[in-house]
Amino acid sequence: MALTGIDIFKLLPKTNCQECGVPTCLAFAMKLAAGQAELSSCPHLSDDAKAALGEASAPPIRLVTMGSGDDAFKAGGELVMFRHDKTFFNPCGYALLIDDTSGASEIDGKLKQVNESHFVRVEQDLKADMVAVKCSSGKPETFVEIIEKVKAATSLPLILMSDNPEVIHAGMAVNGEAPLIYGANKDNYEKMADLAKTHKTALAVISDNGIDGLNDLVPKIEALGVKDLVLDPGYRNPKETLQSLVYMRRGALVKKIKAFGYPTIAFPVEETSDEMMETLLAGLYTCKYGSIIVVGNLKPQYALPLYVLRQNIYTDPQRPMQVKQGIYPIGTPNENSPVLVTTNFSLTYFIVTGEVEGSRVPAWMLIQDVEGLSVMTAWAAGKFVPEKIAPFIKGSGIEEKVKHRKLVIPGYLSQMSGELDDELEGWKVEVGPREAADLPAFLKAWSA
Amino acid sequence: MEVKETYNGTIREVTLGVGDKAVVVGGETALSFYTFEGVMPRKPVIAFDVYDEEPADWPAPVVEPYKDVLGDPVKWALKCQNEYGADMICLQLVSTNPTGTNRGAEEAAQTVKAVADAIDIPMIVYGTANVEKDTEVLAKAAEAAQGKNVLMGPIEEDNYKTIAAAALGFQQAGATHSPIDVNMAKQLNILATQLGLNADRIIIDPTTGALGYGLEYVYSVMERLRLAALTQNDSMTQMPIINTIGKEVWKAKEVKVSTEEEPAWGDAETRGIIWEAMTAIALLMAGSDILVMRHPKAVELTRDFMALMA
Repeated sequence: MALTGIDIFKLLPKTNCQECGVPTCLAFAMKLAAGQAELSSCPHLSDDAKAALGEASAPPIRLVTMGSGDDAFKAGGELVMFRHDKTFFNPCGYALLIDDTSGASEIDGKLKQVNESHFVRVEQDLKADMVAVKCSSGKPETFVEIIEKVKAATSLPLILMSDNPEVIHAGMAVNGEAPLIYGANKDNYEKMADLAKTHKTALAVISDNGIDGLNDLVPKIEALGVKDLVLDPGYRNPKETLQSLVYMRRGALVKKIKAFGYPTIAFPVEETSDEMMETLLAGLYTCKYGSIIVVGNLKPQYALPLYVLRQNIYTDPQRPMQVKQGIYPIGTPNENSPVLVTTNFSLTYFIVTGEVEGSRVPAWMLIQDVEGLSVMTAWAAGKFVPEKIAPFIKGSGIEEKVKHRKLVIPGYLSQMSGELDDELEGWKVEVGPREAADLPAFLKAWSA
Repeated sequence: MEVKETYNGTIREVTLGVGDKAVVVGGETALSFYTFEGVMPRKPVIAFDVYDEEPADWPAPVVEPYKDVLGDPVKWALKCQNEYGADMICLQLVSTNPTGTNRGAEEAAQTVKAVADAIDIPMIVYGTANVEKDTEVLAKAAEAAQGKNVLMGPIEEDNYKTIAAAALGFQQAGATHSPIDVNMAKQLNILATQLGLNADRIIIDPTTGALGYGLEYVYSVMERLRLAALTQNDSMTQMPIINTIGKEVWKAKEVKVSTEEEPAWGDAETRGIIWEAMTAIALLMAGSDILVMRHPKAVELTRDFMALMA
């Protein structure tokens, strides 16, 4: 049972020394209770207090790292049920499943998907996170052979899948990195826990009975000293999987049930045989509390929408996505093409450039860095005003690219056109439409 | 081990259309598809987009299924009803856009009547979100569809007096449209109900953003509306929600670009179908009750998804 802020406060030094960065011990206690502070921030704790508080001050959902270096994948560490309450912190990971009984060409095809489904959008890398190798052959030597093949093709962390500890043991021998062992069930958990400890890997806990089974099994594995767990409620239908994922997230965050305080793993690949539906179920678990999502295909036409969904869901609502300041040519503009200016709020950028592209009129988009605010918000904050826009235009280099000196500003800023005209020497300011949807008609009628 | 949430509010039930094919939307007593802790008495419905003139900017994957009926809204609507089993038709009066064809309200109303008379499933009639023009167009449309119990919108803060009054006068339902903002959505519902439009004749249109184009904003606004409705019993958020998905999705760059132009993005038609269905799934989970969609395969997938979750 988790402690309340008051319970924690009783065990603190009560000196209000502020060395933890919080004004009072009571405030620090409240933050600990909410999972927003680390116990180690207090330098004056007694050993007794440390022991008593260690458990209560642990984050409600453990952050588990799999792999290392650039390809390390972090799962868990979430603090809220709904993204608007703060944000979802650690984007879920997609793992592509490779079965060791598949033919060589099928395996090559999958490894190609892992490597080729890699996109850059709003300056973020969108890609696969892990590869799951499943031992269906039952033969350690086949399993090892496929693991070696996978490792030759990708440096992503692996999930090694078998319920036979001997098979996992053989697989670990060729896999130097710290991946995920999948996994421990009620029959094999002692041996699997040993393997996880020996090789310092994370261990998946597989229930045959939903969250009740996990509530029973997780404490037994914790008692064996394995700290990095990943939880599978074990159902293979989306209805019960959703229910389990909701209950586990709520159990960990709201009800403070310690057994559920770990990242989760879901298997769309085992819930449907249809590629399209598999992608949609992966989308479901992206929205609803999946940490590692195992799929059977990551062809680009499926991977791109899936990765973009993750990007959307895991965007911090307090910090909108931003694009870089600069000149963006749309189509192949020339010295007589229109010049439009707007802000670097990613949504503004996408919608405006989308309409400009749709118009088929080549144009120069000037995107000004206003810390990711929309046009009206940036204007109200004094960041997208004539005295800021004028130097940006002058310094952007656009004057070397066009012969004319006409600048189109967003329609909602018509009131500043006169002032910007004065501020922006040599240029004539034109007021564009208020809605991006009206840009194509505007651009088609525009002339230098 | 108690991990269930308790809710104290219910989403209102709104009936659209008349006769055997009338649909009821809403009625949830928990977050959508959380059937393990509340009731979702019926699945959300899917309306097919039908334009009142030949669309100029639809990409190939959504032109192909309708290529024999584009430009004929009656045939188009019948095809959606008879071939694709549409729950509803969403007739979009795009021809009335002043920056486009700029067709008059009378002429648009004739199309509304022709489509409404031809189909027996319920209809949604949408203007172009041009505040002034919609005032005329939707008032005439409400009259033309009298007796059909259609859903008309978008009703905006700047024209609700006329359009909500027209809905009220001709016994239609209204979709109140606000710019991705919980408080503005509530405020507009308060204004519309004060005008006399019953709360159970209102659907919320929270403004839809496609996957990659603002989806996260509408997703969170819908979650907040639903939590206010279900856990705080906030009456002015308890209306069902409509999302105009097709219109937003099929103008995204990632669905418009062909396989040849961007081979690294994979097959264009599949990519578009998944883009539309993925947007639908995310918004279903956030609380959508009426999805307005385009590609028949995306609709089929969305229905299959709902069947798996039921």
